[in-house]
Amino acid sequence: MSTDERRPADPAQVLAHDDLMGRALMVRAENVHKSFGHLRVLRGIDLAVRPGEVSVVIGPSGSGKSTFLRCVNHLEKINAGRIWVDGELIGYRERGGKLHELREKEVAAQRRSIGMVFQRFNLFPHMTVLENVMEAPCRVRREPKSAVRERAAALLERVGLADKLDSYPGHLSGGQQQRVAIARALAMQPKLMLFDEPTSALDPELVGEVLDVMKDLARSGMTMVVVTHEIGFAREVGDSLIFMDGGVVVESGPPREVLAEPKHERTRSFLAKVL
Amino acid sequence: MTSEVSVERARPEAIKAVPVRHPGRWVAVGVLGVLVAMFIHFLVTNEHFEWSFVLSDQVMFSQPVLEGLRGTILLTVLSMLIGVGLGIVLAVMRLSPNPLLSTAAFGYTWFFRAMPRLVLAVLFGNFGILWSRLSLGLPFDHEIGALFGLHNFEARIYSVRAVDLLSGFVAGMLALALSEAAYMAEIVRAGIQSVDVGQSEAAEALGLTRGQTLRRIVLPQAMRVIVPPTGNETIAMVKDTSLVAYTPVTWELFFQLQAISHRTFDVFPVLVAACLWYLILCSVLMVIQYYVERYFSRGYGARKGRPAPLVEPTGPGGVIHEH
Repeated sequence: MSTDERRPADPAQVLAHDDLMGRALMVRAENVHKSFGHLRVLRGIDLAVRPGEVSVVIGPSGSGKSTFLRCVNHLEKINAGRIWVDGELIGYRERGGKLHELREKEVAAQRRSIGMVFQRFNLFPHMTVLENVMEAPCRVRREPKSAVRERAAALLERVGLADKLDSYPGHLSGGQQQRVAIARALAMQPKLMLFDEPTSALDPELVGEVLDVMKDLARSGMTMVVVTHEIGFAREVGDSLIFMDGGVVVESGPPREVLAEPKHERTRSFLAKVL
Repeated sequence: MTSEVSVERARPEAIKAVPVRHPGRWVAVGVLGVLVAMFIHFLVTNEHFEWSFVLSDQVMFSQPVLEGLRGTILLTVLSMLIGVGLGIVLAVMRLSPNPLLSTAAFGYTWFFRAMPRLVLAVLFGNFGILWSRLSLGLPFDHEIGALFGLHNFEARIYSVRAVDLLSGFVAGMLALALSEAAYMAEIVRAGIQSVDVGQSEAAEALGLTRGQTLRRIVLPQAMRVIVPPTGNETIAMVKDTSLVAYTPVTWELFFQLQAISHRTFDVFPVLVAACLWYLILCSVLMVIQYYVERYFSRGYGARKGRPAPLVEPTGPGGVIHEH
């Protein structure tokens, strides 16, 4: 894949180049709106992520970036617009010009191919590290335990925790817990990984080890949408940078361009504060 | 490790300070010691206790009392099993987004918490007055039959005389179990609500269904909060089984002990025997509770390891003190 092909797709062009179901895109969001009561959190988000691409979403807190990420795997229901993942409409089925809500089981099935990593890790504290990673493949996909154990151990080795298989999450550092959480998501062999501020709850000296795992994952070709404050990560591995503020995408483009020459005043003032 | 670069300094003498004296503690120990000695002296010397009679096979170990003990244990186990099972169902209903289910669970809890167990025990013993027979089959079969002009229409698969089913043991057990379910529902609800929402979000993001999330992720964690009050409830239940004497159920510890005192006119030794049996039962339950609590607190607390040592200890004393 040449670097040119990995360039972020301009949503308008994408609509012209890809079919209406959004095929050939891993994630396609179209005019997504979301409100909590009277609070309008998302006010028309468009996004296109190609397979293998790393999209980094930045923006001030309260800009709606985490909410948008949670909409992608239907943890939040959107009020308007559409989101497709790998050509599949998320949360609904369109039939006869009408939207039908998906059943709980169908939503669960869609989530199986979307991994998610949370700011607060959310590991299951009553299970060991290995059990945390094995839970979903064993329970959801009903794979044989021995095969899952092997894969889980390999994943934990990949994130540098081969010696912690039988530890409980409460006995690990924040950085170690977040690496377990990444391995847990990868155990379902997802097509897409969502990261919701994965390093924001970590002590500064532990941020690096988590970012290293994420960089490794990005280089292996995983499609990722990363909400973060780590501008360096965006510059190093991001294929596109999306700056959100006030529930809209203010500016997006290749990270180096956006970071070097932000076109909008709001982007400029935000970057001035975080860089 | 930083020890290699920092300058090693001679270790000063260990602190040997005079500890703070606690004269108040010694006074308290003295007072308590005297009180305990007085109590033991009273137990041993007061002949109204009739210890040899209490501990003989005429009271504590008499055949009817041992039978009654078995009845009490069985009543406790069965009513707690039903109570906990139904309590979990009610708690899940109460937290359900379906308003009908949550209202039904609320109504159940409202009614059974308002009823004294003694009243329930008597009430359940008298249900034979309401129905002569209990049947399993199509509900409202007579009414449906009448709609179609059939007067003797019956759609019942199985029926039993109410007195046979709902008298004595089953009635008393149901009274206790249904009352217990109301209390357990509140305890389980508190437990479920104590689990961080991030846990179910993480489970659902992995593709677990809501049922799997509840069974595998939420309930096991809720158990930490649920077990201690459930231990309380079980111990209370051991003692509340004595209420079914009013249902009436005679296969129960306290009734059998009282029967002895009615026969022998020896009131006090029999009460002492009752105290002893209830003490023994509850002590056993407390031991069981300890182990159950320990099981469900795995992964928590600093007992097995402190929160995340960033640098693995490298042996006794670490590097710093070694030379």
